[in-house]
Amino acid sequence: MLGMNAKDTMLFVVVTLMVLLAPILLNPFPTDSAFSQFNAGYPALMQRFVIFGILVIGFNILFGLTGYLSFGHAAFLGVGSFAAVWMFKLLSYNIVPAIALSIIVAGLFSVVIGYVALRRSGIYFSILTLAFAQMMYAIAYSDLVGKMFNTIVTNGETGLQVYLDDPQILYSEGDPKLPHLFGWEMNDSFTWDVGGWSFVFQNGYYLAGICMLIAFYISIRIFRSPFGLMLRSIKSNQQRLNYVGVSTRPYMLTAFVISGMYAGLAGGLMSAMDPLTGAERMFWTASGEIVIMAILGGVGTLVGPILGAGAIKYMENIVSTINDNVVRGWFEFMPDGLADFMVTIIHPFIGKGWHLTLGLVFMGVVIFLPGGLVELGQRIGGLFRRKKSSDTPSGATKPAE
Amino acid sequence: MDDIILQTLNGLDKGSAYALIALGLTLIFGTLGVVNFAHGALFMIGAFCSVTLQRIFSTSFEMVDETQTDFLGNPLKVETPYVEAWFGPEIGAAMIDWSVPLAIFLAIPVMIIVGFAMERGLIKHFYKRPHADQILVTFGLAIVIGEIIKANFGANPIPTPAPSAFAGAMDFGVMLGFEPNAIIYPIWRFVYFLFSLAIIAAVFAFLQFTTFGMVVRAGMADRETVGLLGIDIDKRFTFMFGLAAAVAGLAGVMYTPILSPNYNIGMDFLVLSFVVVVVGGMGSLPGAVLAGFVLGILQSFASMNEVKSLLPGIDQIIIYLVAIIILLTRPRGLMGRKGVMEE
Amino acid sequence: MSKSNFSRRGVLKTGAIAGAGLALPTYLRADGHSGYTNAPGDSGTVTIGFNVPQTGPYAEEGLDELRAQELAVEHLNGEGDGGMLNTFSEKNLQGDGILGKKVEFVTGDTQTKSDVARASAQSMIQKDGCIMITGGSSSGVAVAVQGLCQEAGVIFMAGLTHSNDTTGKDRKANGFRHFFNGFMSGAALGPVLEGEYGNERQAYHLTADYNWGWTTQESIQAVTEGMGWGTTETVLTPVGAGDFSSYIAPVLNSGADTLILNHYGGDMVNSLTQAVQFGLKDKQVNGKDFKIIVPLYSELMAAGAGANIEGVIGSMNWNWQLQDEGTKAFVKSFGEKYGFPPSGAAHTCYVQTLLYADAVTRAGTFNPCGVAEALEDFEFDGMGNGPTLYRGSDHQCFKDVLVMKGTENPTNQFDTLEIVDQTPRAQVEYPADHPMFGGAEATLGTCNPGA
Repeated sequence: MLGMNAKDTMLFVVVTLMVLLAPILLNPFPTDSAFSQFNAGYPALMQRFVIFGILVIGFNILFGLTGYLSFGHAAFLGVGSFAAVWMFKLLSYNIVPAIALSIIVAGLFSVVIGYVALRRSGIYFSILTLAFAQMMYAIAYSDLVGKMFNTIVTNGETGLQVYLDDPQILYSEGDPKLPHLFGWEMNDSFTWDVGGWSFVFQNGYYLAGICMLIAFYISIRIFRSPFGLMLRSIKSNQQRLNYVGVSTRPYMLTAFVISGMYAGLAGGLMSAMDPLTGAERMFWTASGEIVIMAILGGVGTLVGPILGAGAIKYMENIVSTINDNVVRGWFEFMPDGLADFMVTIIHPFIGKGWHLTLGLVFMGVVIFLPGGLVELGQRIGGLFRRKKSSDTPSGATKPAE
Repeated sequence: MDDIILQTLNGLDKGSAYALIALGLTLIFGTLGVVNFAHGALFMIGAFCSVTLQRIFSTSFEMVDETQTDFLGNPLKVETPYVEAWFGPEIGAAMIDWSVPLAIFLAIPVMIIVGFAMERGLIKHFYKRPHADQILVTFGLAIVIGEIIKANFGANPIPTPAPSAFAGAMDFGVMLGFEPNAIIYPIWRFVYFLFSLAIIAAVFAFLQFTTFGMVVRAGMADRETVGLLGIDIDKRFTFMFGLAAAVAGLAGVMYTPILSPNYNIGMDFLVLSFVVVVVGGMGSLPGAVLAGFVLGILQSFASMNEVKSLLPGIDQIIIYLVAIIILLTRPRGLMGRKGVMEE
Repeated sequence: MSKSNFSRRGVLKTGAIAGAGLALPTYLRADGHSGYTNAPGDSGTVTIGFNVPQTGPYAEEGLDELRAQELAVEHLNGEGDGGMLNTFSEKNLQGDGILGKKVEFVTGDTQTKSDVARASAQSMIQKDGCIMITGGSSSGVAVAVQGLCQEAGVIFMAGLTHSNDTTGKDRKANGFRHFFNGFMSGAALGPVLEGEYGNERQAYHLTADYNWGWTTQESIQAVTEGMGWGTTETVLTPVGAGDFSSYIAPVLNSGADTLILNHYGGDMVNSLTQAVQFGLKDKQVNGKDFKIIVPLYSELMAAGAGANIEGVIGSMNWNWQLQDEGTKAFVKSFGEKYGFPPSGAAHTCYVQTLLYADAVTRAGTFNPCGVAEALEDFEFDGMGNGPTLYRGSDHQCFKDVLVMKGTENPTNQFDTLEIVDQTPRAQVEYPADHPMFGGAEATLGTCNPGA
């Protein structure tokens, strides 16, 4: 279907269903139960799942296929979101020009940076991308460009947002005062209550989700195309390609720009969901987070990036909000002494200690599951099937070496 | 002129910190071929050796003084450090005062043990894995170490002053014939600079003039051949990991009076030291030292008001700008070899 | 979220989809028609969100805020000794929660990053049903979360945020700040500096290169120049630079005799420590003793700088050493629960939580617009800062400002700062359309109840 083989079609359908039904699937616990803390089915978090999914899918086209580790990918996310907010400020809250411009601007930046950085390979490439990203971060954080021209470009640490007195030349009376798609507001939602559950379906989430499905589809096609094959061969032996007279740089640059545009799309969508953006999105730790997501999910696999992005964002947003009171709630049924003991044991890993959990989980995955969550899925799948076949329904390719 | 001398001096101590960290990183990379993202964490552990020793020396017993009250109006508990009670107030106070340099003696064994444990327990299993995996697992380890430090010492910077004998500054300008106050330089920074020169010299001498060092250098050049000669190169490399950890730790111990340590200090240094290593050339020890000092001094010059008025904000991006320029003009950094970390 | 879940359109859409054969939709938040976000309705509890940095550079400050907020919830629910409820000039809060509803809270980690702070606040609003968000330890984050709360239609009671912008050009109708700001710091420090150091000094500014640094420098510079001081140089320093030696070294030779460090947090600790290492405090320039000034002090940073802050002057919103009844009551309940005195950040969050609860009680509703109206131009006392006004035109509190000095001979580990002067409120007031606060263009906008 749509030029995909049966296995990929299957995978695409599964992902599509997951995206469409996420508000229900991610809310397994009734609202009033002690475990409702673990529900992730609220719009803001689901938006992050799919937006970071787009970002990491794009990153995976570069890193997963070619093995070039960009350590400055967050910079493209940043310029994308700044471009989108500027469109909101200058034109109107309609997200179409905003997202279009954010993809274009991120694409332009990635052409320039990619052209320079791809002159080197290995860790030298990584450090070059890191250096560019850190420079862009410093410029945005202190609004150095703005200062040079005595105006505001990034608005520094406070971040760029839309003010009531901004021009918004395309604004017409009656338009929503928040990001919208031709009047269809991103923040509009409806709630469906059934039993003890309450499911929220939000426009913004579905828009971002559809964007992710498109991005995912394109990524499948790239993985299966001759172009994708070329990128893989760069990863396995670039020298040999050079010897047989193939110039790899155009292919590399194309992959770099595609993944930069993916990041731009993600940045634009982030601004469309929440029209404020700041420089911290471009800091090196943000770039590192993208790498972590990719590895955690499974590098070079199709569905890995989505899983990795989801897992990290879930930990960041859920584990950090668990405090001692909540934990005590779980162990209410136990005698006091035992409950206190459990709270003491769990205490270092939750709330302010969620970074510790992140670090440990992350180390565990790298040590025991080099193929990331996808490998975990394959192993579990393997347990259920007598014969461990190399083909799995997830359609994952072999994890990157 | 005096400005230039002043900023060169400032660059030297910044550069010595960069050089020491980069040296350790390169030792590990050159011997074991491992990219260690937890190296900043080793620097931090060293820094917290200072804090720990200061804490140990300041451990006090309480006596209730009825004549004074604390902030809630209860009788004040007066604390006297044990060391003052045991060794007399003067020696005790001197020990607390000198806790930062004394921490060197704590840091050396601690860092070697930490280094051994890290290599045997974790890094060993990653020799055959891709560099990306090494980066990631050590990065995870760095997060975990940082969080453990935070759980024990809190997130705030902890004041760790230099011994009062080294507090304050000296007037270099007067020595060189400038007016007073033209070139002021803190004594402790000068101590730090000399200290790092000594460490760098010791590491190079060790590699150059001892049999052990010779074998290690041979192993760095061609591990397999050295192994074929019947030398257990792995054991020596493990030792080198301990040595590299000790270098990073000592850099941290002595840096605490300049920068009050907190749990994030390792991450702050991590990215910079990687840039330093790459600019110097992966695997090149002299390159790492050279790049450390060059980048430190350039950063100081970029911070001068005259430069900043020409190029606002240049001080924030100079390191990265220089890194890009060097990597584009010299493909393998200042002194890198061909074929290292390029696959 | 400017649209409620219960708008006509939403209902129609819900109906359309649910009509596809699924169970009939029932509306969870039963009194959705009360017309504002997360209305507690008939439920016996109400949830507020404590959004503070628990990781990152301001983690300790955030955790101290959290302690104070938990204490406030205890006092509102009638547990503990009641703290400032006993000294507060309004007596509406009886220890039976807010409007008879038991107060519950959820916590989140801002990491001192705007994106994360907004994500956390969104989770509180969308998932936990919070009716008010409070806390935070940075102006960038405060402005970001304030904007979010405005869109979502809940009240934001800012924590520690000192930039003029929070209630200046970025002011919002749903956001309220109890903490003081850069302008007030300048206005309070001015007379003290003139008294202590005369009016013939040359100041050298080192300023953290971000919005808080810029506005603080602007405010202090205006005041010092107004009383006759010269400004030798203003130098922007990268945030988190760590080593400030290259910026400090040229100070002595520049002809300046006063160094003003517009730094906060770890930057302040490092730049002050390093300035002392450069021997600045022992020098004489222009025949005067060299002096260092830190416009914004906090106890935690003072502890981090150790002995280096001795004799260094700065300003504070509140300090536990004040002797009024409100302060004593708060320090007592906080100190007995946690074993050490509260920080200024803790105080402002505690007070903000109580003020919110009181405003709800006086308004008789949790509706943000009603609460905002009750807070606007509200005069109160007994919260540690003397008679205080919540000005309606910019949602900024006006109260006395403390000028502090690093203690010369500390007697215990909490004795880091001493109060030099308590600048009266009249001296730190300014018109709402002051040019440093966005001028005449800055507006609150209209209050958004979310429905």
